[in-house]
Amino acid sequence: MYVAWRDLRFAKGRFALMGAVIVLITLLVGLLSGLTAGLGQQNISAVTRLPADRIAFAAPAGDEELSYASSVVREEQWQRLGRADGVRSAEPVGIASVRAAAGDRHASVAAFGVRPGSGIGPGDVREGEIALTEPAAEELGVDGEGEEVAVAGREFTVRVIEGDDAYSHLPVVWTHLADWQHLAPGAAEGGRSATTATVVAVDADPGALPAADRAAGTRTVTTGDSLAAIGSYASENGSLQLMRGFLFAISALVIGAFFTVWTIQRAGDIAVLKALGASTRGLLTDALGQALILLTGGTLLGTALAAGIGALVSGSAVPFALAPGTVLAPAAVLIALGALGAALSVRRITSVDPLTALGSAR
Amino acid sequence: MSLELTDVTLTYPDGDSRLTALDRVSLYVPEGSLTAVVGPSGSGKSSLLAVAATLITPDSGTVRVAGRETAGLGRGELSALRRSRIGIVFQQPNLLPSLTAAEQLQVMARIDGRPKAAARERARELLDAVGLAGQADRRPHQLSGGQRQRVNIARALMNDARVLLVDEPTSALDRERGAAVLDLITELTHRTATATVLVTHDPHHLAGADQVVRVADGRLTTQGTPVG
Repeated sequence: MYVAWRDLRFAKGRFALMGAVIVLITLLVGLLSGLTAGLGQQNISAVTRLPADRIAFAAPAGDEELSYASSVVREEQWQRLGRADGVRSAEPVGIASVRAAAGDRHASVAAFGVRPGSGIGPGDVREGEIALTEPAAEELGVDGEGEEVAVAGREFTVRVIEGDDAYSHLPVVWTHLADWQHLAPGAAEGGRSATTATVVAVDADPGALPAADRAAGTRTVTTGDSLAAIGSYASENGSLQLMRGFLFAISALVIGAFFTVWTIQRAGDIAVLKALGASTRGLLTDALGQALILLTGGTLLGTALAAGIGALVSGSAVPFALAPGTVLAPAAVLIALGALGAALSVRRITSVDPLTALGSAR
Repeated sequence: MSLELTDVTLTYPDGDSRLTALDRVSLYVPEGSLTAVVGPSGSGKSSLLAVAATLITPDSGTVRVAGRETAGLGRGELSALRRSRIGIVFQQPNLLPSLTAAEQLQVMARIDGRPKAAARERARELLDAVGLAGQADRRPHQLSGGQRQRVNIARALMNDARVLLVDEPTSALDRERGAAVLDLITELTHRTATATVLVTHDPHHLAGADQVVRVADGRLTTQGTPVG
């Protein structure tokens, strides 16, 4: 690292420029990661926080994909699931997007219907009551328990305001399953049975599920896999992850390009050092160390900036999730990919011929 | 601790045939002596230096540097031999732009794994010996051409080289500065008992040589003291 440190100090302008590029890419990746996670939470947090490791859908017909929007599970299905060997619990969950109103305030909400004692949602919600999440209460202007809220045209009393669960970018309103069955879309037209739910939250031995699904006419997947059945989440998350992937690739290419040019510019110095007896391994270590210093410094600064901006916007209208996983993990990936790009670039040190240091060729 | 080349032949590919750069060359340079190698461009001077520096492996013949036979040594062993036993003074100073004069010398100790404190002291002594005691903290662009060449010479001696290979060190200097550099090389050769080979095309540089070797078409002829 003897020459590497001195090069960094001597060619300050060049390295500062490259460092600034790394900082900006890291900042962009950090912000995008926080935004992706924040948007994701707005889409899926009510599902991922369900106290179950699997979700059972009504088995779709033919080649249709699983979908929260189209799944309708009948009572006898979840009861069969619950009775199957290896299944510890099977709790029906109704999910529907509906309009809610309190006074002159209106909001779209996700109504989740659950049974009392199921352990799902914020405590037991009796018939005629609802539990509002804090974002739902804020949108509806509800200040406390006991206030009246109309959900899909039916009046409910607010039992508790708690949590921030969201589904498909809508704040969640927890209802009794029996109430949900009346307010879900299609109920008024008789399109739904009065004894249905959307999915079943299942806790079971994985090996027992194929037989249980066959018996109940359901298809059970892990909670994580079920997220792909939320249409808005799959497309939104896919687009954002694609952008993130491109940024990772761009960063590796930019860093690789910089160190390729830098190594070519230094070819004369490398030839001299080799002619004087420096080992190729030592020169590679020196060059890679230099790249890692630049990468780590730039990435840490960019990550700190992203975390700072994230902290500023967290809690505002911008759905930014600030967590080690959303800020540090992309930084680690950037350093790893950047180091790979740099390693491929400085590899050409091995092909520099020390003989070129002799004579007037330089 | 001498330099000895015996029946060395070196050829390069030249289209479908091969061009002979060195033709059964034998040269013995004892320690503490300076051998000047002269000859026209393309005569084989640089090839001779490259073979002696272990940068090229000859087609045949043997090269013995400071008592060590180089045939059969791997790339790593040759690098180790160069950094510990061979000092090279390049035609152009070839100094690293990011290093100060003292660091140009200290980096040699670093690549040879020598202790830092001893390296600093050795660099100070050598810069003093080449008249650059006051320029230790200057980078190449802050030094004159003659000063850069002096750093180049001091660097070659940093790791106690036993064989000093000097490639036309005055080509970028005026006559007065060139003479001063040659005087310095001659003095250091005798003081540090190195086996020095000086490649030059300038007849004025032959005065301080202990033996003069002429190269023509890859073959050696001698003037002055005999060649082994």
